[in-house]
Amino acid sequence: MNALTLFGLCGAALVGLGLFGLIVNPQPLRKILAFNLLGNGVFLLFGVVARRGAAAGLGGDPVPQALVITAIVVAFSATAMAVALLLRLFEETGQATLSSDDPQNADADGGRS
Amino acid sequence: MPSPTIFPDTTTTEGFLLVLAIILPVTGILLSLVLGGRYVERIVLVVLPTGLGIAAAVFAAVWRGGHSLVYIVGGWKPPLGIALRADGISAAMMATTAVVICAVGLFARAEFGQPRGQPEARAPLAFWILLLSIWTGLNMVVLGDDLFNLYVALELLTFAAVPLVCLKGEQETLRAALRYLLFALLGSVFYLFGTALIYGAYGTLDIVLLSAQIRPERVTSIAVAMMTVGLLAKTALFPLHLWLPPAHAGAPAPGSAVLSALVVKGSFILIVRLWFDAMPGLSNFAGAQMLGTLGAAAILFGSVLALRQQRLKLLIAYSTIAQIGYLFFIFPLAAGSGAHEPWGSVAWTGGWLQLFSHAFAKAAMFMAAGLIAEALGHDRIADLGGAGRVLPITMFTFGLAGLSLMGVPPSGGFVAKWLLLVATVMEGQWWWAVVMLVGGLLAGGYVFMVLGKALGGASEPSKLCASVSSSREIVALTLALCAVLLGLVPLQPSELLQIGRP
Repeated sequence: MNALTLFGLCGAALVGLGLFGLIVNPQPLRKILAFNLLGNGVFLLFGVVARRGAAAGLGGDPVPQALVITAIVVAFSATAMAVALLLRLFEETGQATLSSDDPQNADADGGRS
Repeated sequence: MPSPTIFPDTTTTEGFLLVLAIILPVTGILLSLVLGGRYVERIVLVVLPTGLGIAAAVFAAVWRGGHSLVYIVGGWKPPLGIALRADGISAAMMATTAVVICAVGLFARAEFGQPRGQPEARAPLAFWILLLSIWTGLNMVVLGDDLFNLYVALELLTFAAVPLVCLKGEQETLRAALRYLLFALLGSVFYLFGTALIYGAYGTLDIVLLSAQIRPERVTSIAVAMMTVGLLAKTALFPLHLWLPPAHAGAPAPGSAVLSALVVKGSFILIVRLWFDAMPGLSNFAGAQMLGTLGAAAILFGSVLALRQQRLKLLIAYSTIAQIGYLFFIFPLAAGSGAHEPWGSVAWTGGWLQLFSHAFAKAAMFMAAGLIAEALGHDRIADLGGAGRVLPITMFTFGLAGLSLMGVPPSGGFVAKWLLLVATVMEGQWWWAVVMLVGGLLAGGYVFMVLGKALGGASEPSKLCASVSSSREIVALTLALCAVLLGLVPLQPSELLQIGRP
């Protein structure tokens, strides 16, 4: 197994973990973290693509690297926005869940999550 | 290789208009941020008509010239550089977007105006900036020609749409916005994954270059499947629709109009570009049938749920899910025809007409719902009795928009659904026709449910919370009339929608 395959497998593992976390976890914060894991797996894939497409003598194809930098910025702003929404939700309701049960139940919950 | 007359690889004479269409709203946003809320209305007052003029100029140029407009950014040709391209669909979509955004701008002045001599509020500034951002994002989505560039455009669109949902800052809308964002993020990661695979396999992301060299390989199928699923999540096709009703119903009325009429269509256009432009002739029967099946499920599911809603805005939001379903009949009906190119088929024209007429009708309907809620102080369908007496123009608007959703002549929705029905017969895929007819009946059910309550009821509603200005009623009515006017287009494959196809 060469380094490239290892990178590819790492990317696949991250994507798998992230997807699992995004679907299974009910808490929004964990979903946001899982999204970042998933995104990083995809970024690794871009790295693999860059290395594979490189011409002889070059370290890597620069285009996927340029794409990945943009994608990281986009993922960063997405995360920032999601966290800001979550914080605001916590300020308004005292809890950070997506389930919209009625306030009585929510109070009994005591801000769990 | 595509012939040079169809895909010129140099900037065409009117190509600069495409750059203007994107730069103008961005300039408006930056100026608003610098100058602040006191000037934002004046800035919007300049930007909206200018943008409408640019969209009209692009539409006229494509219509007269009969070929796409191209702008090569910075003089760098694809695959290294990025091209902007406006074909017939882009031009029509740009025009629709401009009309709806301008109408929403006129409509929202009462709600998000900055009264003179009062302390500056934050919501108006946010609303106008988000409106301009959505316009930028949509123009980038319809003009983009590079899969990664389109990814960035789609993200800009999402980042503008999500805050619009929670502009009121209530608990429910915050939850809806967060849920929307999480769905959209999952969708965008899937799309990005597919982009990486396509770049790895073909070394280019330019749609025109891709269409020349794409091959039926496993990696292509996986990439396109991933990208399609990601885009479906953003388009809210059944079963990935869960985020849509609370988000679209929770936004303020002008916001709902933009979200429902335009934003969900952005990702749909990308799916069409992927299936028909990037991989011509590769779309397989099973995949197209599956998209059609999901569309059919969306029609039935969305319409039945719409019938069971108690709030007017939620009803309209569920109706959006159903109407999105019709769009996906393009895939089985246009791709299946072997005799001619997909864009020469009646299903192609029918599907796009459905998109445009739904944009006008749904924007009008959400505006009407906003006016009703403002005047009566609530939007419970059961208590709408007598609304027809106090808001006759608004209820007329609702009814006209409803015609288009049901597919009753004269309306754009009728022409669209009729063309799709004709296509089912021509293609021998009668099962879609059954769904369309049932969907039309169900749509009739939920529109009449509202009209019956509002026009019935002998007495006036007990109290009016606020009077609504007739100019806002007329803005909504104008959009509904646009949807009706689309019913005048001839019942045949449209020339305009084929411009710029190989």
